[in-house]
Amino acid sequence: MNLDSMKDILAAARREDKPLWEIILETDMENRGVTREESMEKMAQAWHAMLDASASYDGRRHSASGLVGGQGEQMRAYAAGDPICGNFAAEVITEALCMGESNACMRRIVAAPTAGACGVMPAVLIPLYRRDNISEERMLQAMYVASGIGAVIAYKACIAGAAGGCQAEIGSASAMAAGALVTLRGGTAEQVCHAVAMALKNLLGLVCDPVAGLVEVPCVKRNVIGAMNAMAAADMALAGIESRIPVDEVIDAMGDVGRRLPVEFRETALGGLAVTPTGKAVKERMMGSRNKNRTLTIKDARWKLQRTGPAN
Amino acid sequence: MIDIFDIMGPIMVGPSSSHTAGAVRIGRMARALLGEAPVRAKLHLHGSFAETGVGHGTDKALVAGLLGMAPDDLSIPQSFSIAEDQGLTFTFNEIDLRDAHPNSVQLEVVGEEGNCLTMQACSVGGGRIRVDKIDGVEVNFTGDYNTLIIHNRDDRGHVADVTYALYQAKVNVANMSLHRDAKGGSAIMIIETDERVPALILDLLRRLPGILHITYYEKED
Repeated sequence: MNLDSMKDILAAARREDKPLWEIILETDMENRGVTREESMEKMAQAWHAMLDASASYDGRRHSASGLVGGQGEQMRAYAAGDPICGNFAAEVITEALCMGESNACMRRIVAAPTAGACGVMPAVLIPLYRRDNISEERMLQAMYVASGIGAVIAYKACIAGAAGGCQAEIGSASAMAAGALVTLRGGTAEQVCHAVAMALKNLLGLVCDPVAGLVEVPCVKRNVIGAMNAMAAADMALAGIESRIPVDEVIDAMGDVGRRLPVEFRETALGGLAVTPTGKAVKERMMGSRNKNRTLTIKDARWKLQRTGPAN
Repeated sequence: MIDIFDIMGPIMVGPSSSHTAGAVRIGRMARALLGEAPVRAKLHLHGSFAETGVGHGTDKALVAGLLGMAPDDLSIPQSFSIAEDQGLTFTFNEIDLRDAHPNSVQLEVVGEEGNCLTMQACSVGGGRIRVDKIDGVEVNFTGDYNTLIIHNRDDRGHVADVTYALYQAKVNVANMSLHRDAKGGSAIMIIETDERVPALILDLLRRLPGILHITYYEKED
């Protein structure tokens, strides 16, 4: 089958009396022509890469602009005390910051579904995995569910900030994470769909307005809202609360909003936070250092920054 | 059909799947198509690659790819000094390519044996790439499949010869496109295949009359 709508996946799961993850796993086997073991192995690689990225976080690293670095460490120290939202949620915030920072600092991460939103999935998964001693097998099942959700969103709407704004990146990651959490808690397939719908609805319209065009501000901290929103949506769904708008319609709405977002709010750095006085100043600084950095650090490269005329 | 590992992945060095991971893949593709280690490279950055490339490490990523690194190689940030050690010199320019995707780059590379390649490619999102031009001829392929790039004379029968050889080798053609600069001039056949193309068949194809040059790119997992 194709991962074209949540309704189709849900129908297949009912028809074949299988859990969602199984349907998505089988679709991957069919699509890529691989065995069950090969597919599981690849998913395990992604999971291990998330764990490695978390373990190798270093708060002393700084990003290209210098705007990002050390916040994860700050939050970790604070989280050990008496944070307002409780220790577990504080750990989730910490994880999201660490992962987003590692990405900005050119460390190895898992794009899920994008590099800018790479912190959301591990932020909700890793603390729960540690706290509840969940088996790796069940973590992988949750990741299959998340992947299937992401595939549907990518098919029906979009997952790139340039196409649909931040709602398509952090929003999609949050929806995927919400579905994964409901799966880990033994929720029903319907509850997964409601969690996805609620998570995505809550972030509808979020613009992509990166300062200086970099995946740093506000991207790193938006991973936090993606993760916290996923937990809230999963808890609501597990409580039996339903999304009044069906999940596939919510996904369509996200795609629609994305298409109608002015181009200034789709990763172009021409609107929102990117054009605040401070945002512009950062950009100026980056542009100014562009030439300097190049000639200082590369002996062999002769950088010519003049714009050449139209080629070919 | 969307590959779920394009959603849960790629595993990559940050910060951007399009500006970093995709750029590594473009460099790597150029190296593969060149067929040897490059020693000189001119990289012309277009659009968003030129605007925000430095902050995203696009420049380092392209050089890393030319050195043969994969998108998850932790040495990508150090690619400039590694290039120096390995004898690859490079220059960067900004360029305005007509009608090109915003994340585009044109690479002119020369290999250690003297092979030359000019390639224009773009990063289309999520680390996925598309090659748009090879040596001035417009093409369209992604590296998602095993890919044969066959330069031939624009003359009848070559497509039939090549596809028959693939059929005999039990290789299925997934996508195929033909491009030429002028009638009777030089042409390029791009054939994307589901199965790998055996070395024996590559040799056979190279010996077919009218076939000038063949490059084969084998899909990476």
